[in-house]
Amino acid sequence: MPKVNLNLTEVPVREKRLGSITGFAGTAGELVDCSSSGCLKDGTRSFSQCMGCSSGNAFCQLSMIRDAAMVNHAPVGCAGDFFGYNFVYRVGQMERDLPPAIGRYFNTNIEEMDTVFGALSKLEKTIRLAYDRVKPNAIFVTTSCASGIIGEDVESVTDRMTKELGIPVVNCVCEGFRSKIWTSGFDAAYHSIVRKIVKPPQKRTNKVNIINFWGSDVFSKLLNRLGYEANYVVPFSTVSQLETISEAAATIQICPTLGTYMGAALEQVYGVPEIKAPMAYGLAGTDAWMRELGRVLDREDEIEEIILEERAAVLPKLEEYRAKLTGTTCYLTAGSAHGHALIALLRELGIDVQGAAIFHHDPIYDNESSAADMLDHTVKTYGDIKGYNVCNKQAYELVNILNRVRPDLMIARHGGMTLWGAKLGIPTLLIGDEHFSWGYQGLLNYAERILETLDNREFVTNLAKHSSMPYTKWWLEQDPYTFLGGSTHVKAY
Amino acid sequence: MSKLIEQPRYSCALGVQQTVIAIQRAVPIVHAGPGCSTKIHSLLGQGEGYAGGSTIPCTNASESEVVFGGEKKLKGVIDGAFKVIDADLFVVLTGCTSDIVGDDVGQVTREFQNLGKPIVFAETGGFKSNNYVSHDLIIKAIIEQYVDRYAPAKDQVIPGLVNVFASIPYQDPYWIGNLQEIKRLLTGIGLTPNILFGPESGGVSEWLTVPQAEFNIVVSAWPGLKSAKLLKRKYGTPFYHFPYLPVGGLETGRFLREVAAFGDSVDREKAEKFIADEERKFYTHIERTADFMLEFRYGIPRVFYTILDATYAVGFSKYLLNELGILPADVQYIVDDTPEQYREGIREQFRRISDRRSAKVEFSVDGGEIQENIRKSSPKQRALILGSGWERDLAVDIGADLLPVSVPITYRLVLNCGYAGYNGGLRLIEDIYDRVLGTYR
Repeated sequence: MPKVNLNLTEVPVREKRLGSITGFAGTAGELVDCSSSGCLKDGTRSFSQCMGCSSGNAFCQLSMIRDAAMVNHAPVGCAGDFFGYNFVYRVGQMERDLPPAIGRYFNTNIEEMDTVFGALSKLEKTIRLAYDRVKPNAIFVTTSCASGIIGEDVESVTDRMTKELGIPVVNCVCEGFRSKIWTSGFDAAYHSIVRKIVKPPQKRTNKVNIINFWGSDVFSKLLNRLGYEANYVVPFSTVSQLETISEAAATIQICPTLGTYMGAALEQVYGVPEIKAPMAYGLAGTDAWMRELGRVLDREDEIEEIILEERAAVLPKLEEYRAKLTGTTCYLTAGSAHGHALIALLRELGIDVQGAAIFHHDPIYDNESSAADMLDHTVKTYGDIKGYNVCNKQAYELVNILNRVRPDLMIARHGGMTLWGAKLGIPTLLIGDEHFSWGYQGLLNYAERILETLDNREFVTNLAKHSSMPYTKWWLEQDPYTFLGGSTHVKAY
Repeated sequence: MSKLIEQPRYSCALGVQQTVIAIQRAVPIVHAGPGCSTKIHSLLGQGEGYAGGSTIPCTNASESEVVFGGEKKLKGVIDGAFKVIDADLFVVLTGCTSDIVGDDVGQVTREFQNLGKPIVFAETGGFKSNNYVSHDLIIKAIIEQYVDRYAPAKDQVIPGLVNVFASIPYQDPYWIGNLQEIKRLLTGIGLTPNILFGPESGGVSEWLTVPQAEFNIVVSAWPGLKSAKLLKRKYGTPFYHFPYLPVGGLETGRFLREVAAFGDSVDREKAEKFIADEERKFYTHIERTADFMLEFRYGIPRVFYTILDATYAVGFSKYLLNELGILPADVQYIVDDTPEQYREGIREQFRRISDRRSAKVEFSVDGGEIQENIRKSSPKQRALILGSGWERDLAVDIGADLLPVSVPITYRLVLNCGYAGYNGGLRLIEDIYDRVLGTYR
């Protein structure tokens, strides 16, 4: 079954499209084997804590398009993340030397009567209001649980408003309840862009699309040397930039958990080749990724030169760091593919990854390429990881595990998790810039921060002494997977 | 009046999860979609406290709970919460999914209540109201389903004991500091305040003495009034209402004297002595700084805009005008979706903002609209904006100083800073002029 179908109003969620899961306890090797043999089972938890939802993740990609406005068709609470994304948007403006601009985000304020009589007229009014105030080049409408359950025909309004206003008014279907995997929201955002913004290519350019969040520019140097130009999408791009991503020479995803759908859609619909390789983390992963980039861009010789240069530049320092870090124990919690990449990086540094709680697992990506399976690469290159746990946040499991494992270091790649390492007196690190640990230089960057974190014990020691613990003694003595059960067979892939 | 919202400054009914986590060792159990709780936390609150943020138990309602109902799932999560989370009280809150589908959350909760478990519920589907309104709903749920059941001596009034309904935790970013000061002041005039929320309160055991109060105090334009009325109906407790945040010497003095006059058990002479002493200290500082206010010749704000909830807008406007000499700009804006029945009272407060001046006020939940209006009428004098993080560019564009007071508060890290009372008034002066003086090179 093809994963990309632009005729559909909404892209099927990851559970259905990719067979993705959110509950698993075992080893990384077992998970890879199950994924490739099609016997993956999903576990559900009878007790759970709050997560994130698709609508937030869709919003995070669409809300930083510089000349678009956002309309969130929802009760006002769903707009609780507006300011957080506005803040990220403005931090990114500073880093990119862009003039200060506020995110133009509107909420339709669905109220009780609207759930009875419908809220489409409110939606229409809000779209007009956004147009009048902002004069944007596109308006994206994100949906909500409330609008979804009452059965709002959002597409009818966006189609009509597109005609009336003469700009794309785009429906992005991303109701929270549809998926337990909040990254489904990325797919929803990309589906709406590829479906309604991107135009068929008129030519091929030397641009390379880089699907990312808002990290620092680490790609220009590499691509320029190869005679190409980095084109970061989606945050901080403009509508007209997005219209022509179909003309690019290739697409890079900084993380397939983020970009799986867009990368595949651009290749399948417009023939933009996607770099399908392990992620560029750790030496072997970076080598493999570079070679695939060289192959796709027809720059194989230059890439071999660069690999030699870069390796020579980092190896001596890497050896120094390895000598200091070997034997350090670490527990990791992170999103899916980025988590796999961090495991590779930590193992490359000689760190003993005692376990990982990874937010979900995609047994396959939209490109259906096994070459891009980073967990498979990591297990094959560095060996199995015991205590590999697929868990969508669920701090209670994390606390239980950390309390048992007591690693020297905890690394988190999502808000709301670091506290539990620190409260137990474990030095804990969160790196926000997703490009910080990328490539050969990333190994050194990360190693340096890890050493700094391991050395910084005073704060966590004192915090641990004065912190409360909201978890019961009983719970901390139970098996961490006590509430994980009810395996459901996943069939979709 | 437009109900569409650009730049939201409050949350939906479910936003009241933040009220729950403000009660010591109380924990919400959210029966809603997977992202609700996190989105609320992102707007309201810095830090997760004891068991907020990612600790909050949640059913993360999915397609199957929407199609087949979520009662079974909720039951499992409640059951797990009692085992896993160490808390004194659980509050089940519903979201849009559950309220539209029509889960019988009351029935599920009652099964646990019947086992003697400390748990209550309220229907807080996001579309039903906002967190200003649902704040009273949750107090009602706790009173009716928990306090009334477990309070040891409901009929025995304790002279001097008062319940204070003065702030919506986290919606008011300065709630901890405000409640701390109000408790200090009420204690100073001889009362024993149940402050109910935050580190100055006695947690759930304090809530169990709510029925025994001599009287209740509402310090708020309108949220909290319903709770006071409920307690009057239920336990016959009278209440005193001060309809804005008392800030500085004049209004705090007025507030405390009126409270002292209201409470039969208050020793008025002692109270007056306390007030006089506080006033003396407060005005020592005002006097000490008056020459700065009068003489600083390089420009300090001369007009202000409040873009705040009603409680703050009135309280700050009175203080800035009467005690700091900053004049109200053409219009003041109130952004809390004030219910119609309270609006006239608030307009009246602005009509007599001082003995000789009235100010114009408008109600709007649409920050984008407010900002457009202010840009159009941009005043000639240097202005002070008491608003939110959304006003960052507006302030720069019209050359104004901005003190973020309302959520989103992102540009400040708030611990126990508060603006209520005498100490709050002084703190407000420090914070305003810190910003003003910080603009000079």
